[in-house]
Amino acid sequence: MNPSAVDATLEGQISQWREYLRRRAAIHGSDVAELEDHLRSQVATLMESGLAEDEAFLVAVKRMGNLDALSREFAREHSERLWKQLVMAPADDDRSQSWHRDALVAFLLALAAAIAVKTPAVFGLHIDHDAPFYARNASLFVFPLLTVYFAWKRRLDFITGTWLALGFAAGALFVNVYPFAPRSDTQGLSALHLPIALWLLVGFAYVGGPWFASERRMDFVRFSGEQFIYYVLIALGGGVLTAFTLMIFEAIHVRAEWFVGLWLVPCGAAAGVVVAAWLVEAKQSVIESMAPVLTRLFTPLFTLVLLVFIVAMLWTGKPIDVGRDVLIGFDLLLALVVALVLYAASSRDRQAPPNLFDGLQLLLIGSAIVVDALALIAIAARISELGFTPNRVAALGENLLLLANLAGAAWFYARFLCGRADFGALERWLIAYLPVYCLWAAFVVVGFPPMFDFG
Amino acid sequence: MILNKDLVAASATPLVLAILAEGDSYGYAIIKRVADLSGGEWQWTDGMLYPVLHRLERQKLVAAKWGQSEIGRKRKYYRITKDGLAQLELQRQQWRVVDRTLHGIWSQAMA
Repeated sequence: MNPSAVDATLEGQISQWREYLRRRAAIHGSDVAELEDHLRSQVATLMESGLAEDEAFLVAVKRMGNLDALSREFAREHSERLWKQLVMAPADDDRSQSWHRDALVAFLLALAAAIAVKTPAVFGLHIDHDAPFYARNASLFVFPLLTVYFAWKRRLDFITGTWLALGFAAGALFVNVYPFAPRSDTQGLSALHLPIALWLLVGFAYVGGPWFASERRMDFVRFSGEQFIYYVLIALGGGVLTAFTLMIFEAIHVRAEWFVGLWLVPCGAAAGVVVAAWLVEAKQSVIESMAPVLTRLFTPLFTLVLLVFIVAMLWTGKPIDVGRDVLIGFDLLLALVVALVLYAASSRDRQAPPNLFDGLQLLLIGSAIVVDALALIAIAARISELGFTPNRVAALGENLLLLANLAGAAWFYARFLCGRADFGALERWLIAYLPVYCLWAAFVVVGFPPMFDFG
Repeated sequence: MILNKDLVAASATPLVLAILAEGDSYGYAIIKRVADLSGGEWQWTDGMLYPVLHRLERQKLVAAKWGQSEIGRKRKYYRITKDGLAQLELQRQQWRVVDRTLHGIWSQAMA
């Protein structure tokens, strides 16, 4: 064996050992360097005394001690390290540089989002007086900047960027040139559905390539869930900030309502979306995903509630009372079940055999379908009497879309549980179906207002 | 000889401080020094020295600095501080009491 080959094996072994050590939460990069120096010194001494290289390595590693015990000792001395700190930059120098650049870009884009929200005010459109304008355009203040962030991160080419920009421009055009009647249903529907349609564009930028071929679609689903959770947390913090701002200025009899209402809340809400996205991107490998944890927690509870509901309905014989908003309520229920199924799938090991939780998921889907079918039957009986308002048509369409999605999911789950299909088939179905919602939302934004005379 | 864990833990501080009082050093050299001093009888799990050093660093009994080894590798050197010297003196007195007492009873038993 020539000397360089000998060297290469030792280096390989040491770098393997280093990687192994680095995975320990309690042992940081600088500790690894210190321990590595020790290991190398030990190996050198042992080789001088006549040991072969691999023997020297083995002895040195053995003398270093059991890694679990060592890691425990380190954890005792540095207990704070077991709490992974999100705000701390990663230990590696090259990664920390990109981390800082990323943080700077995110911060600038968040600032841009805040400015974007205030820009219409320059042209005389104020949040307090022109609420419908802001409701229709809410997503347009933020999502393009979010898209820019991902376009920058994924280094999208110019043509893709242009297509995405055209998409946003089309959205902006439709919601702003349609002559909506004041307080019309179709205007409310547009405001509600535009974000859903535009989220697909954010997704295109996120996967950074051809959407339909991308393995990253599931990552985008994971991202969306985490971002939502982070945004809620940021919003809670913002709520506390708002409350204190109002309280302390109240104490000196200075009115701060205008500042809170016109600046703090709208700018914060817009910037928060970008910050949440950046946090999710930055922490990806730092903290466990939260959405699957919530899914695990709530799937059994929702299943139980739905089953009890079905039993109660059968027992008491009471029909579903078809009020005005009952359809929307059931839409939300189905959407929630879809989300539970989706996030359970997002964190599942595809190769693992069916387990109890999969059965529970199927039970959840099944009970949701039964409950929704009961609601639909009740509504169908009275639909002519209630009339086809835009809200009702939109809610009905969404209900059918969700129902189809869940029925498909139930089918694939059943096949998977019987061992006739792998989990990947279910996952592909769930993922492939998602753009359908965005397309439907786009249809509601573009098609509904003219269909219903902008009423 | 494998020493009792508590005994190792209790004696690690004065031992490390005393070695550093002789001059600045680094992990591997400290362990070698311990082995030499005990004639190879003190068998320490090498890695366990480092959490001890980090604790002493946190207590400001020693100060650490990154430097380079003779062949240019990154190496962390430790130096005893003024507090460390004071602590060493305190421990020396305490250990002397322990040593004298044990010695007293064991030499009586032998006699």
